[in-house]
Amino acid sequence: MPTFLDFEKPIAELEGKIEELRHLDGDGEINIADEVSKLQTKADRLLRQTYAKLTPWQRVQVARHPDRPHFLDYADVLIENFTPLAGDRFFAEDNAIIGGLGRFCGYSAMVIGHEKGKDTETRLHHNFGMARPEGYRKARRLMRLAERFGLPIITLVDTAGAYPGVGAEERGQAEAIARSIEVCLDVRVPLISVIIGEGGSGGAIALAAADRVIMLEHAIYSVISPEGCASILWRNGEEAIGAAEALKLTAPDLLELGIIDKVVAEPVGGAQRNKEATIAAVGEALEKVLREIIGVEGGVLRARRRERFLEMGKKGLG
Amino acid sequence: MNWLTNFVRPKIRALVRKEDVPENLWNKCPGCEEMIFHRELAANLYVCTHCGHHLRISAEQRLKMTMDDGEYQCIELPETIVDPLKFRDRKRYTDRLKEAHNLTDMQDALVVAHGKLGGIGVVMAVFDFRFLGGSMGIAVGEGFIAAARLAVLQKAPLLVFPSSGGARMQEGVLSLMQMPRTTIAVDEVKEAGLPYIVVLTDPTTGGVTASFAMLGDIAIGEPGAIIGFAGARVIGDTIREKLPEGFQRAEYLLEHGMIDMVVPRKELRDTLIRILGLLRNPTPAAEIVPLTPSEAPHLAAGNPKNKNAGKKREENPTADE
Ligand SMILES: [Zn+2]
Repeated sequence: MPTFLDFEKPIAELEGKIEELRHLDGDGEINIADEVSKLQTKADRLLRQTYAKLTPWQRVQVARHPDRPHFLDYADVLIENFTPLAGDRFFAEDNAIIGGLGRFCGYSAMVIGHEKGKDTETRLHHNFGMARPEGYRKARRLMRLAERFGLPIITLVDTAGAYPGVGAEERGQAEAIARSIEVCLDVRVPLISVIIGEGGSGGAIALAAADRVIMLEHAIYSVISPEGCASILWRNGEEAIGAAEALKLTAPDLLELGIIDKVVAEPVGGAQRNKEATIAAVGEALEKVLREIIGVEGGVLRARRRERFLEMGKKGLG
Repeated sequence: MNWLTNFVRPKIRALVRKEDVPENLWNKCPGCEEMIFHRELAANLYVCTHCGHHLRISAEQRLKMTMDDGEYQCIELPETIVDPLKFRDRKRYTDRLKEAHNLTDMQDALVVAHGKLGGIGVVMAVFDFRFLGGSMGIAVGEGFIAAARLAVLQKAPLLVFPSSGGARMQEGVLSLMQMPRTTIAVDEVKEAGLPYIVVLTDPTTGGVTASFAMLGDIAIGEPGAIIGFAGARVIGDTIREKLPEGFQRAEYLLEHGMIDMVVPRKELRDTLIRILGLLRNPTPAAEIVPLTPSEAPHLAAGNPKNKNAGKKREENPTADE
């Protein structure tokens, strides 16, 4: 049984009934198999209908769903010989950002991304995907390493934001993010980003100033969390639903604004209901984009990447 | 102008003014709460005469006190799309923009000007906190890029004075994109071999700190300025303990190696001039070139200190080679 979100309650109830029926002995008068299949059809339809018109706030919930595939799930399936590389060479290893060498579609690549963790223990280990300066400095180091060997860089973005802590500030969280953005924009190798869950503010753009940005259908990408925005602009954290709408943080809106290049459809009911299909779809989209730009000369790539960002923000939403 | 602004508002202003004036003659220091006479405050560069607190100042005040003789030319910033997301919280974003415009008479939170600093041509990009907290949206990003390109065009150093709460939330992810955009602009200045100097003034936080503000060749903090990425309240809520004394103040950043120096406003102009001189005139001045008077009669005839060496060299760059 998946973890149901608040707005999935009606679906959860149907699924609960189906489960109950399945456990009944077949000695009743009603044909249980028939009833189960009828209810299943109903549940499937409801799921499809619900996910066809998710509100921005509902997408926020889906993007943060604990059962969504995370960085390590993707690396496991898509990257051969994945070899994580640790440390920023200044202070520490930060497990909120994982990076390493591996092979994607036959190409050696540098794969970097936020990892949120999948249970209490791993969530603590990865600090819920909220990186400290060391994480961004490691990313910067690995991007430069990739550049030295002409390897394409793939980043998977999934973070609520950079970690807000005393130590993080003391060791230059802002500077670490700024330098990471700078290196993203400077490397003379292909750089492709996928927003797989939460694209939270500076902590996200630090890895996503890329040649191409792909986004999962129900992922979000925003300058601030809806809760944070609500508490500042509405002076009321309860207004997060309205803030989620106003911020235009969904994949379709960002595609229209020219911030991202491609939306990858999620399985019915969201990535959390079918990890394998989601990972495969992301892999397919990544491969297509990589083949488009892998042959482009590094200097040209860099110039185009910079031009792409300089051109942003010329048009709003219609 | 409509009838409202023509007839109603001047009257309201006239009513308000009587009580308004005496209040404006005296400013309360946010640091020590002492009252300071406005002329005294201006003469002291808006630094409290009692406690030394550096008050926030407008972009105009900053330019006037920094440029030679207070003279400079503002450049017109590119027109940008207004309210791209049709954003509305408790108020419409367009109304907030209008209010900010009426308050400051500025188009947005950034002013870009060129002028001289110690005789050296410079471009300055200055934030005004009064305009929606100095927040960075498309207009600010576009203005910043214009400043960088003007600097490159004029082969002039770029000096930036952020005073900003961070990204302009009302422009959503488009404001987030100003982080890479301003970073590119900084790189263009650096690639042109020009100095990029940032004076971090109160406050410099969020996406502004995490992009161009922390990329300075030289980073100077104003005393007491709040400089950081995450807000102190957010950090307090996360760690659930008291924040250290002086946390995120300029002096704290200096101690932690994040900025080069903390410079009181009174010494800022001289410091900037000295740094620019060191970066812009790297070769020895003519006075220490080991020529005997007989070999260089034109030097012997003049002032032995040869104060104009730098200037002469500018006129004839090969003079001391
Ligand atoms: Zn005072």
